[in-house]
Amino acid sequence: MPLGGVIFIVIFIALFGAFLLWVASKTGGKSIYHPIKYEPYECGIPSLEKKDTKVSVKYYLTAILFILFDIEIIFMYPWATSFREFISTGQGAFVFVSMIVFLAIFIFGLFWEVKSKALEWD
Amino acid sequence: MGMGKDIFEITVNGLKLVVIFLMMVQAVPILVWLERRGSAFIQNRLGPNRVGPLGLMQLLADAVKFLTKENFVPDTAKPLLYYAAPVFALIPGAVAFSAIPMSTPIHIDAFEMFGSSWGPYTFLVQGYDIGVGIVFILGVSSLAAYTLLMAGWGSGNKYSLMGALRASAQTISYELALGLSIVGVIMLYGTFNLMDMTMAQQGPLHFAFMGHTVTANWLPNWGIFYQPLAAILFFTTTFAESNRLPFDLAEGESELVAGFHTEYGGFKFNMFFIGEYGHMMIASGLMALFFFGGFGIPYVSVAQVQEWAASATSTATGASALVALVHFLSFFIKFAFFLWVFIWVRWTLPRFRYDQLMDFGWKTLLPWALANTILTAFVIYIASL
Repeated sequence: MPLGGVIFIVIFIALFGAFLLWVASKTGGKSIYHPIKYEPYECGIPSLEKKDTKVSVKYYLTAILFILFDIEIIFMYPWATSFREFISTGQGAFVFVSMIVFLAIFIFGLFWEVKSKALEWD
Repeated sequence: MGMGKDIFEITVNGLKLVVIFLMMVQAVPILVWLERRGSAFIQNRLGPNRVGPLGLMQLLADAVKFLTKENFVPDTAKPLLYYAAPVFALIPGAVAFSAIPMSTPIHIDAFEMFGSSWGPYTFLVQGYDIGVGIVFILGVSSLAAYTLLMAGWGSGNKYSLMGALRASAQTISYELALGLSIVGVIMLYGTFNLMDMTMAQQGPLHFAFMGHTVTANWLPNWGIFYQPLAAILFFTTTFAESNRLPFDLAEGESELVAGFHTEYGGFKFNMFFIGEYGHMMIASGLMALFFFGGFGIPYVSVAQVQEWAASATSTATGASALVALVHFLSFFIKFAFFLWVFIWVRWTLPRFRYDQLMDFGWKTLLPWALANTILTAFVIYIASL
């Protein structure tokens, strides 16, 4: 069962990575604690605002659009694998046309998205 | 298949996965050396040449330096996320790469060991044979976006967070074009299975067109001749997926210090690097597999290699191993070539601006990938008439 191999290697890599971090923390140099040294590196200027407050809404929009389009693309995968089989059983024209209809909606969505400036970055 | 059924087979398959992972980790210093020497060659300077012959010992010196670096965690960091991110960065590359078939399977005859008899076995020169290979690889390698977000959020640094957001938005945007460019390839081979795809590219170029069989003996039956546009789109998007120049906006040192790994140093930084090179390796392996015949050798069929190997060795197991070795070399040459192209492009093209990057992904690559899908479907349908 391939899943066994996948689970095994994921656990192995996680342990291996944790081990490397542990080794590196043991071999690495030590220093005295100083609050200024342990500030986040922001070019030497003290942080004036909280670091995790402001995020452009564009990222959320990109993520939502990604989910929509990605699901539509995933729908094409089973169609693509069995397209030749459908042709050999004589249903090629029907399957082709139905996919074109689906793609037309996809293209309309993309066109609308570009038109409504959802993809403009400034 | 997969992990196997008895102790011997499970042990060997487990070891094989570990070896594939360690080889990937091992290849990274060599690639870094190649990248630094290659960039020096392209920019007409010397590159690392002080430590050992041709600077090769630089790899060891770097490793020692990484190990002796102080373990630094900023006060603002969230320690669990901060430490988990570099460890998770290692996972997608190796897990996805293990699904790529690198050579023909090795058949091992029954043999005696430890007083009992074992076998016969068939060992695949790939981590595991997953039926839906492409979907698995796409799914696993896109998990890398979580690594970026964990690192960016966990560092507690606003530049890290911005870098991580940019990187993840870029990764998911280019994943659309990536996923769509493969639809044409799937249609061409009619399968998700990577081994079947490789075997479909054997022999000279031949296809049926409207009842006629077209053959071109001077060309191998590679995917690039059927899907040239998909090959270009796929290769371009993988640059964005692995955050390499010209799409390394995640880093963008002129704006974001060092992007999502600003607060990382020493071995933790090294692990992100291994993750990035892991992505390059998946991309190179898939380029070789989808478009350049995988482990197939142009103008030579697997049967011919088997015949030659049978005459060169005495046992069937030895012949099978020799066949696998020859095909692995063929795969490796193609694989290494695409890794070199990654390095070459990095030192040739300048970086995109962020709005240009998003425009290029959504308004250029995605429509072209759509056009390729429709055109491929149309041609396949016409050819079947």
